[in-house]
Amino acid sequence: MSVFQVLNGLTFAALLFIVASGFTLIFGLLRIVNLAHGALYLLGGYIGLTVATATGSYLLSGIAAMAGIALAGLLLDQTLLRWVKGHDLRQVLLTLGVALVLNDLTLVIWGGDTFSVPIPSVLQGAANVGSVFYPKFRLFVLGVGILTFICLWLMLNKTRLGALIRAGVDDAEMVEASGINIQRVFLLTFMLGSALAGLGGWLGGAFLTLYPSADSEILVFSMAVVIIGGRGSLIGAAVGSILIGMLNTFGQVWFPELAYFVIFGPMALLLAFRPLGLFGRAT
Amino acid sequence: MINRRKLLQTSSAVAAVSSLGFPAVVRAQKAPIKIGLMAPLTGVLAAGGKELVEGFELWWERNGKEIAGRKIEITVEDDASNPDTALQKARRLVEQTNVHFLIGNITANTGLAVANYVKGNGVPYFIPVIAADDLTQRNRIPNVLRIAGYTGSQMTRPLADWSLKAGYKKVATVSQDYAYGHEMCGGFCQTFTEGGGQIVQQFWHPLNNSDFSPYLGQLQGLGVDAIFGMETGADASRFLQQYTSFGLKGKIPLIGAMNVADQSVIRTLGDEPMDVVSCAMFAEGGQDEATKAFVAGYEERYQKLPSVFGTTHYSGAKWLTEALTAIGGNVEDREALLKAVRGIELKGTPLGSVVKLDPYGHPVYNVFIRKVVKRADGKKWNVPIATYENVSQFWKYDPETYMKQPSYSRTFQGIKS
Amino acid sequence: MTDGERRHPAWVSWASSVGVLAVLATLPFVLKSYHLGIATQILIFAILAMSIDVLAGFSGRTPLCHGAIFGTATYFVIYSVNIWDLPLPAALLVGVAAATVLSAVFAILAVRVSGVYFLLLTLALGLVVWGVCLRWSQVTGGENGLRGDLRRGALADIKVFYAIAAATSLFAYIAMRRFVNSPFGLTLRGIRDSESRMASLGYNVTLHVFLAFVVSGFFAGLAGSIYAVFNNYVSPSAVALPQSVQGLLMAIVGGIGTLVGSYVGAALIIMLELFVSAFTERWQIVLGSVFVAIMLFAPEGIVGKINQLTRRHSQSKNTNP
Repeated sequence: MSVFQVLNGLTFAALLFIVASGFTLIFGLLRIVNLAHGALYLLGGYIGLTVATATGSYLLSGIAAMAGIALAGLLLDQTLLRWVKGHDLRQVLLTLGVALVLNDLTLVIWGGDTFSVPIPSVLQGAANVGSVFYPKFRLFVLGVGILTFICLWLMLNKTRLGALIRAGVDDAEMVEASGINIQRVFLLTFMLGSALAGLGGWLGGAFLTLYPSADSEILVFSMAVVIIGGRGSLIGAAVGSILIGMLNTFGQVWFPELAYFVIFGPMALLLAFRPLGLFGRAT
Repeated sequence: MINRRKLLQTSSAVAAVSSLGFPAVVRAQKAPIKIGLMAPLTGVLAAGGKELVEGFELWWERNGKEIAGRKIEITVEDDASNPDTALQKARRLVEQTNVHFLIGNITANTGLAVANYVKGNGVPYFIPVIAADDLTQRNRIPNVLRIAGYTGSQMTRPLADWSLKAGYKKVATVSQDYAYGHEMCGGFCQTFTEGGGQIVQQFWHPLNNSDFSPYLGQLQGLGVDAIFGMETGADASRFLQQYTSFGLKGKIPLIGAMNVADQSVIRTLGDEPMDVVSCAMFAEGGQDEATKAFVAGYEERYQKLPSVFGTTHYSGAKWLTEALTAIGGNVEDREALLKAVRGIELKGTPLGSVVKLDPYGHPVYNVFIRKVVKRADGKKWNVPIATYENVSQFWKYDPETYMKQPSYSRTFQGIKS
Repeated sequence: MTDGERRHPAWVSWASSVGVLAVLATLPFVLKSYHLGIATQILIFAILAMSIDVLAGFSGRTPLCHGAIFGTATYFVIYSVNIWDLPLPAALLVGVAAATVLSAVFAILAVRVSGVYFLLLTLALGLVVWGVCLRWSQVTGGENGLRGDLRRGALADIKVFYAIAAATSLFAYIAMRRFVNSPFGLTLRGIRDSESRMASLGYNVTLHVFLAFVVSGFFAGLAGSIYAVFNNYVSPSAVALPQSVQGLLMAIVGGIGTLVGSYVGAALIIMLELFVSAFTERWQIVLGSVFVAIMLFAPEGIVGKINQLTRRHSQSKNTNP
């Protein structure tokens, strides 16, 4: 286990965490498995690409990606999902339909070429990390991932909104009964989760590049993270991301011919013993 | 009456019925020649599919949609890179639209599915991009011809020879793990090791590999003279990018399959693909007059340099035009069409050399070793740095002996130790 | 979520059965080979959609793995003819058996959860199968898949094949209808409506759902086996997620919990795809929009909606919650 490969696993895990934490927040509080999360990620990446190319500002493109996708989340929630509130399965299948439409729309707008969000020269090239020479951009993603975790943790544990979200994950009806407008909390969470998908797409757009099926690939990874970590658990998302990131890296090194199986095999096995994931709780 | 019904049952092409049911000459003068063109217009290869259609259409735009008094009618269908969809669309084109022949597709799985379908009904099927070796080797089908196309192993053997001459002794390969990758690598590995080179290690990864860092980490420490990369589409973009960001670029030369340096990949990248050496039967930066004219025309029409998909289908359209003209437009006679296609010696295509089919339905032409450089206006393109003349899919081997060796796979790469 | 058809008078069922049989028998004589091929495909996919309905409509568990089960059968049929040299009927049995075993494994892993989690879990399990088919190229042919030569002799004639597919489809429909209307099936519906009540009444919920899953997998495998002969080709796309999604969509569009709705759904989706893709490449946008529209406006599906309306009409009051 060289430092190099550990860094590979961790940097990939950081990106996964950013995307999956949004997914698990929405899943945890709203009970919505948002299968359009991957499409939002891709859309965020393309928005980042367009803004970065037009303005030349990397920071601005990141803000635009997050804000744009938060807005897309707002639209999705207010125009479509609100009509099927309370019907878990209808919501999931509806988001599946939205995912198909969004994926095809991005193909119409941006074409099918493989794009990469341009990154500033500070983040290009490699840096010395201890004994190894490692790409700066990947370290940047790792940093953003850790920062995201800290911010989310503080938000969930130290703010009123966080307390409401945590209470809502456990028992939404109780919160509502205590006279709090849970719908607003729901909406904010949905926008926050979507914004995280946008952030992921912006980073992933330079990390993994943007192309027509990138959405379903990242979605599959995020679902694996959430299934392993458990619904609605931030710690679960972090642990799941690291596990998947490491399995992905070391699976490819040690069992190249089983690369895909190495990720989903352990997940299936885990399910046999803990159907709700490592940190999931029954409702 | 019985005859007619029987015909309907046994022949799926209803066009055959009309040509037999009515005086053939009268009908043939009026009815259009119907072509079924299949390409992935949605999904991960949508960009390539679009260029395929553009290249094909460009030929007809320039040369008119009429041959021997018959209009040319092209029906385009989206195969979505999905073999099930491709099969369904092929059925529709043949049995519903009544096309006279099929052409197109990009991924090997769609091509193999359609080939398996036309094997049963004899509809001519032309494959300028489908590269699966065995379609013109061990499992060839008489009505499937690879006009203006190529196979993986055919392209990489000259590259192996060139690499030996360039002084590379030890090479590692990184490739997508599927038949096309096995064949591209196999051709290289076999010729390279037979010439005294050594394959230090081979890395195989699944298609749509999100992260190359695990392989790049291992490649750094191998002490090889060059790395052979076999990547298509988004994988190729990512590979080139990560190769650069991990600092391998400039340290270890990168050589590769044509797809790594194809326009469809390099035009959206920055400096990452610069100096990559690859091999193909065409180079958009070539000096051949027909090539230059095509590239200029394509760029004017579509505001981008042509990729392998557009180039081969433009050439394929020219090939078909010459064959159809030779048989006076009598496309209903499949045998005559196939014979005419086989007999053509094609000159003046963007491929940049004279092209003809070998007895197995596969083209023989010059193969170029190409390098990515910048044009005066800053656009990247491939220019030829060496030429191998009249390269056959069997290289310098005897076809029958060659086909006795197994098809290339992960486990058989033809490596001579 | 109702099983409305049993409430019709007996003569209505008889008349409609005779009518359907007459239509099915006439098709080979009026349709061109291409259209007959489409009819065959609809009959096959209706089996898949019904097998999903057994779980989604009658057991309260919506799966997203039936494409994988279906495609596994397809792989096994082609593989056992190509490599083991089995005669076709034996190969078909192998395909169905493999699918049934796979669904039993899936069931063991997934029966303990329900709702959205069940959907997510089965989706992940399906992905494992897809990953294996894609990667284990020595056996599955990887991305390129396996080519078969199964449509030999009389089977090459689409009319013969259509007849076989129609007979299989009818058999599957009758068998599944008997299953869901059996005492066992009625217990399943009880579980669908209230799991806790059935558990407190002493029913073994887990075992019931497990068996329903296996039965459902058996029929998905049956569909997959026939499909192997129809397509003569299999690749990872046969076991991929879109296959599961499409099967589920067919069941939902037709009407979950109606079985017969699967035919309507399969016909509608397949014909819509053919129709739309003749005019535009944007099939995916249309499919996605249909999905959204159905979820918003008619989650009970077409047959479900018809049943609802006719019942309202005949009872002149709405007893449906």
